[in-house]
Amino acid sequence: MIAYLVTIAILVCVAALVGLALNLQWGQAGLVNFGVVGFVAIGAYAAALLTPQVGWLPAMIAAGALSAALSAGLALLSIRLEENYLAIVTLGFGEVVRLVILNEGWLTNGALGIPDIPRPFASLGESIGGDAVFIVFALGLLAIVFLALEGMARSPFGRALRAIRDDATVTSALGKNVFLLRVKAFAVGGAVMGVAGALHAYYLTYIDPSQFTPIVTAYAFMAVIAGGRGSNVGLLVGAGSIMALLEGTRFLKDVIPVIDGVQLSALRLGLIGAGIVLLLILRPQGLVPEPKRRAADVLPKAGGGR
Amino acid sequence: MSAVPVPLLEARCVAKRYGGLAALDGCSLSLRAGEVTGLIGPNGAGKSTLLNAMTGLVRADAGTVLLDGRDVTALPAHRFAALGVARTFQIVRELGSLTVFENLLLAPRRQSGEGVAASLFARRKWWAQESVNAEKAKALLERVGLFRLADQPSGGLSGGQKKLLDLARALLLEPKLILLDEPGAGVAPPLKIELIRLVRELKAEGVSFGLVEHDMHLVGELCDHVHVMAEGRLLVSGTFEEVARDRRVVDAYLGVAA
Repeated sequence: MIAYLVTIAILVCVAALVGLALNLQWGQAGLVNFGVVGFVAIGAYAAALLTPQVGWLPAMIAAGALSAALSAGLALLSIRLEENYLAIVTLGFGEVVRLVILNEGWLTNGALGIPDIPRPFASLGESIGGDAVFIVFALGLLAIVFLALEGMARSPFGRALRAIRDDATVTSALGKNVFLLRVKAFAVGGAVMGVAGALHAYYLTYIDPSQFTPIVTAYAFMAVIAGGRGSNVGLLVGAGSIMALLEGTRFLKDVIPVIDGVQLSALRLGLIGAGIVLLLILRPQGLVPEPKRRAADVLPKAGGGR
Repeated sequence: MSAVPVPLLEARCVAKRYGGLAALDGCSLSLRAGEVTGLIGPNGAGKSTLLNAMTGLVRADAGTVLLDGRDVTALPAHRFAALGVARTFQIVRELGSLTVFENLLLAPRRQSGEGVAASLFARRKWWAQESVNAEKAKALLERVGLFRLADQPSGGLSGGQKKLLDLARALLLEPKLILLDEPGAGVAPPLKIELIRLVRELKAEGVSFGLVEHDMHLVGELCDHVHVMAEGRLLVSGTFEEVARDRRVVDAYLGVAA
């Protein structure tokens, strides 16, 4: 049971990392990215291919950097597009990545996938217990990324992104370089998605193209919507509850004897959908509201009040 | 166009077509420093298009825009703020999910915290800037009477309050020229008086204004000089009294020429 919970916790960490990245791109900057899974896959494959050569840390950095570079490139090409068209381009990108991975067997081993990916701190894991070490690693990574993205969200950078999301024309009339800010947001989000992919590869120690289907993107969007667009704390709650729902509903068949496994697996996704719809009706702003800067936070404390 | 000092902002033969429609058809006019210049004309005369062309939001098909004698025709919109030009919008486009105070804090130029790395690793620096900006923002909000709403989402303000917020936000750019696109539209009369007072005060402080407006009372109260546009061109220029007496202006508004 413990092992199962640890597994879920690690999967939550990966989902939360992906969600945090999407929360920066879409939640804060308002840029639709339907190709999330493509960036995760690139990170995973970069980590899987490079780790045996250069070690986990450089490989992980490379995974993030490669995803960030591709993300920035895609943004440069397409970010002037209107929202709907950006969605189509990114959707296409995700699919292109999957097909390239599937077909360029010399590099990615095609549909057979890459086995035996070495985990970080593998030797330490043998003496203490592999998953215990790994969950500390995953939680540590999530904490670092969370703190960094939360710091950005609460900085003038994050505020400028939210302003662009509200109205790009006004923001540019206020002297902000909207194009550059959007590319930056996309690149940083891409980097985090790449790192999430690396974590995914390290945990499973085996990756193949079937793990990188558009459902990964859908889960990320669900986590952002459930948690509250723009709120990183909400995202953690959202990602946690989506995974809890997904996993928890596995046990429904013990409670309700009339449905079998196949029916259940179809039902589970339906339940998530129903949950999202209910949430959007009852609490459209998400579970946790976006953080705002209060005037009193910034104004120097005038001892005794105004 | 009298050959007195170099105009602050000048449009020379600016043309802009949207498909078969000539929104601007070789329009030339100028705004002088230290004055409030009004831009009036019937609907569809091209006033807003000209304003957009003069602030980089619309790229003119032909003609030039000069700011202090410098060609700014092809400059992207976000560069105008640094040159001292701020603008507001006809339909209020507040950044609705930001609070009133955040709307103002967004505006100041050269914020070091807007870089990715700086937002994380140079916190002390941008936080210091933020505090200075916050003081200015507070002073401005008190001036326009919105400070009590500082932490409210700006989407919840009334139409008139949004116009004041828009103006206050533009002021944080510390501009030398503010272009107002229909500041009086949809504003309740008491707030309109407030607006007139504010523009006069700022003019006394040395800020120049360009004003697109349909409310002739507002134009008469504020403008030193008025340009009348019709069908994408400049029709008449002069003081409000001169222009109001002009036969051609009346014709343009009433469509007698047709």
